[in-house]
Amino acid sequence: MNVHHPTTFDEALAAKAAGAVPLAGGTDLMVEVNFGHARPTEVVSLRRIDEVKEFEGRRIGSGVSWRRIENHGPRALAQAARTVGSPQIRNAGTIGGNLATASPAGDGHPFLAAVDAQIELASVDGRRTIPWDEFFVGVKKTSMADDELISAVVLPDSLPERHEFGKIGVRNAMVISTVCAVVTRDDQRTTVALGSVAPTPMRARRAEEMISAVSNPSDKDLAEFQRLVSDEVRPITDHRSTEEYRRHAAGVLSRRLLERCLR
Amino acid sequence: MTTRSAKRVSPVRDGVGSSPLRPDGVPKLRGEFEYAQDLTAENMLWGATSRSPHPHARILSVDIGPALAIGGVHAVLLADDVPGRALFGLEHPDQPVLASTKVNYWGEPIAIVAAEDEDTARRAADAVVVEYEVLEPDIDPEEADAQDDVFRRMKIRRGDPDAAGSVVVEGVYEVGMQDQAPLGTEAGLAVPDGHGGVDLHATSQFVHVDQEQVVASLGLRSDQVRAHPTGVGGAFGAREDVNLHIHLCLLALHTGQPVKMVYDRSESFTGHVHRHPARMWYRHEADDRGRLVKVEARVLLDGGAYASTTAAVLANACYFVVGPYNCDNVFVDGAGVRTNNPPCGAMRGFGAVQVCIAYEAQMDKLAEALDIDPLEIRRRNALHRGDPMPTTGQIIDTPLPVIDVIDSLAAMPIPDSAATLPGGSGLTTEKEHVRRGVGYALGLKNLGFSEGFDDYAQARVRITDDGAVVETAAIEVGQGLVTVMAQIARSALGISAAEVRHVDTSKIDSAGSTSASRQTQVSGGAVLEASQNLRDRILVHHGGDDLSDDGVLSEGEVIVPMAVLAAEGWSETVTFRHPPTFAPDPDGQGTLHADFAVAGHRAVVDVDTELGLLTVVRVDTAQDVGKALNPESIRGQIEGGILQGVGLAVMEEIITEDGVIRNPNFTDYLLPTILDAPDVEALLIEEDGSWGPFGAKGVGEPPTISSTSAVLAAVRQATGREIPRAPVRPEDIAL
Repeated sequence: MNVHHPTTFDEALAAKAAGAVPLAGGTDLMVEVNFGHARPTEVVSLRRIDEVKEFEGRRIGSGVSWRRIENHGPRALAQAARTVGSPQIRNAGTIGGNLATASPAGDGHPFLAAVDAQIELASVDGRRTIPWDEFFVGVKKTSMADDELISAVVLPDSLPERHEFGKIGVRNAMVISTVCAVVTRDDQRTTVALGSVAPTPMRARRAEEMISAVSNPSDKDLAEFQRLVSDEVRPITDHRSTEEYRRHAAGVLSRRLLERCLR
Repeated sequence: MTTRSAKRVSPVRDGVGSSPLRPDGVPKLRGEFEYAQDLTAENMLWGATSRSPHPHARILSVDIGPALAIGGVHAVLLADDVPGRALFGLEHPDQPVLASTKVNYWGEPIAIVAAEDEDTARRAADAVVVEYEVLEPDIDPEEADAQDDVFRRMKIRRGDPDAAGSVVVEGVYEVGMQDQAPLGTEAGLAVPDGHGGVDLHATSQFVHVDQEQVVASLGLRSDQVRAHPTGVGGAFGAREDVNLHIHLCLLALHTGQPVKMVYDRSESFTGHVHRHPARMWYRHEADDRGRLVKVEARVLLDGGAYASTTAAVLANACYFVVGPYNCDNVFVDGAGVRTNNPPCGAMRGFGAVQVCIAYEAQMDKLAEALDIDPLEIRRRNALHRGDPMPTTGQIIDTPLPVIDVIDSLAAMPIPDSAATLPGGSGLTTEKEHVRRGVGYALGLKNLGFSEGFDDYAQARVRITDDGAVVETAAIEVGQGLVTVMAQIARSALGISAAEVRHVDTSKIDSAGSTSASRQTQVSGGAVLEASQNLRDRILVHHGGDDLSDDGVLSEGEVIVPMAVLAAEGWSETVTFRHPPTFAPDPDGQGTLHADFAVAGHRAVVDVDTELGLLTVVRVDTAQDVGKALNPESIRGQIEGGILQGVGLAVMEEIITEDGVIRNPNFTDYLLPTILDAPDVEALLIEEDGSWGPFGAKGVGEPPTISSTSAVLAAVRQATGREIPRAPVRPEDIAL
């Protein structure tokens, strides 16, 4: 195995264009290697590149660790960061790595979906920025080209006034979510984004539309919101949970997060 | 067996009753302790195993050519290369060392490889080409039972089948497949001795049976194979069966070089047996005061593809089917069946865990039906010393403080614990979503081996320049055995300088297995007797009246210094046997067990009933320990055992689909983290009269037996649901 250690992003992009597998925190890649699922011959380490570690205003470099996001990120993203693996994993793992792996259960994804974040991609030929829902295309599949790396996540200039994250798992920490969600509320406008309930992170648009039309939701409105979320998600049954439970829990969790936003 | 002299507890430093620092503690904390994973030898090769991707298939052909073609590969061996017995097994040799015609479970070994480094060995194992005819896996234990495909059937018939109570409760209970999940995976090193023999250093709980099985399959003389105790990072039953032991020795003798093998985490999930999943049908009848009149039960354990210890686990499940309660009429039918699911065998609690989940749920149902307090109904039925066991009729002739356990639990205050909210760091739950439940459970289990097994342990005590040295092949798996054996030697000899040294199978007879909560009692018994005999012999020989760190004393004066004793080469070897047990009669009756222990648990659980998430806030316990030889070590066993029980109650389960394990990793086989760990208050109940050293009882298993049931009882109380299954899943509560 050949490992490149570039100090500039341009060098890393050149290595990527030549077919190297990128390594940031290594918390996904090394698991693949250890299980024998991946045997990369050329690896490009992104760890010495300062540029991707920049975290300025609304622009979060792809190499920013979950630990930094936990301490300095916007509220719901910091809450999500707090649930990524263990402290050791959070020190190593990055937001860019989370995105590139594109697991349906990625803890960081619902926030990006809820605030309509943009993903900035780079290659030797230049840069482009795409909305989150054009980035995720399937289970562990993105629209990145083979020669591209993620350079940054770009959040909107102003974030919703209230935003709350929650994650359901069978253990109190260090667990892959069976459902995770972010709900935002700004004035009346509400968004709800969910993970682990579809091949990609998703928005529950009908529920959003319904609740955004209500200025002061009643218990009945909240129940209807919950029902719509449960109805709109597309979960599966696997070894972590059942479709039925995920549907139920997605609704309950979204309602609770909305209640928190309304307080 | 020599006669024991009067018990003596010398005022030595770090003797019994104290909690000295573990000799292996600091090295383990510093990362300096040598585990089997750390072993290395000059000129060493690495081994790897080629395994079946199918749970049930015929092997049509095997091509090792592509594996041999990889540079650095020294050997690829198949079933035909096994020179001796083709099968192995702890109780019944029924499992192929390497499969040749058929595979019967997912991950069954087919070929083994030795290569110059670990990565090459693994790649070569992957490169072995096997052509299969895939068969439908038999995965339904009920179907296997109907087909009479069983490892053992058990029948218990005691009392009057027509006896009837005024209250009847029934239930069907299910327990999932738990894994021992030791942090150290299977690992070992085999070193050829240059004369056709081999030295094996591998993870184990019982090196003498490993040695026997290696000898049989390699077709060697017994003196050509030496199994050495080595550093084991946890066992919990997973290290009783042979896994890589024969493979390593085959490769080492074939290549003439030392060969090392370490299973990776996912391989470990197929490389050892698991706790049996169970289905249990129960019917309890009681009088209107809640006293048991009749218990009927059917117990079905899925043994998986090969026998392992299924027969003994099933027997244990049936013998403890009622729990620590009196009942004169007990009727049990048990079956341990063969399927193409992962093989199951020994795990902490050994059958007593599964039935405890059922009988304690039944006791709660009875309490509810009669509107009696859950502890009170247990008190009314409690077994006492002198009572017959409800299942076997054996008169209990060692202390059994069931009542003290119940009274202790009743008297323990429930502190106002500030708990992590259900959902923990996931922020799912707020206080208003939580309902608190409190549940109680008691568990009973035998100590030591039963049913007529010749259960013995040998230990040797020598006087050396370093003080007393205890030699043994009893395996330390992290439980604290080397600490407590030295404590026993110190107290019995009157010498503070005592340490335990492991020796290989050629230098001492068997210590038996580190299982069944038995080593402190059985190997400890051998150490006590050897120490007492040695002390008596030395004092008689030198005309002294006491021993000390300075040597032989007479009226307080040193008459023979320790250095002289060491030079004289004093040594005493003792083989200790516990009171004899006997095989059951056809109705499952007889004196089958050597000793019993009881423990009780009270769990406090916070449940988010809408999401089905929960936090186990506290699990408090009272445990029958006979005599607490090392209170700190016992608390360690209690806290760890409770956590393992909590794991089974709320998250630990191997999920199989058509015989394939879907979660063979720590991402998805969930073990409790520290945020899932309850606070624990433990009360040790001492009562003299057991045959263990100084009256000690084994303490390793009882913490795991009823802690699961107590947690489930608390969830039941919080939710009002039946909760007939362990682990309880969010959907079982929320939907």
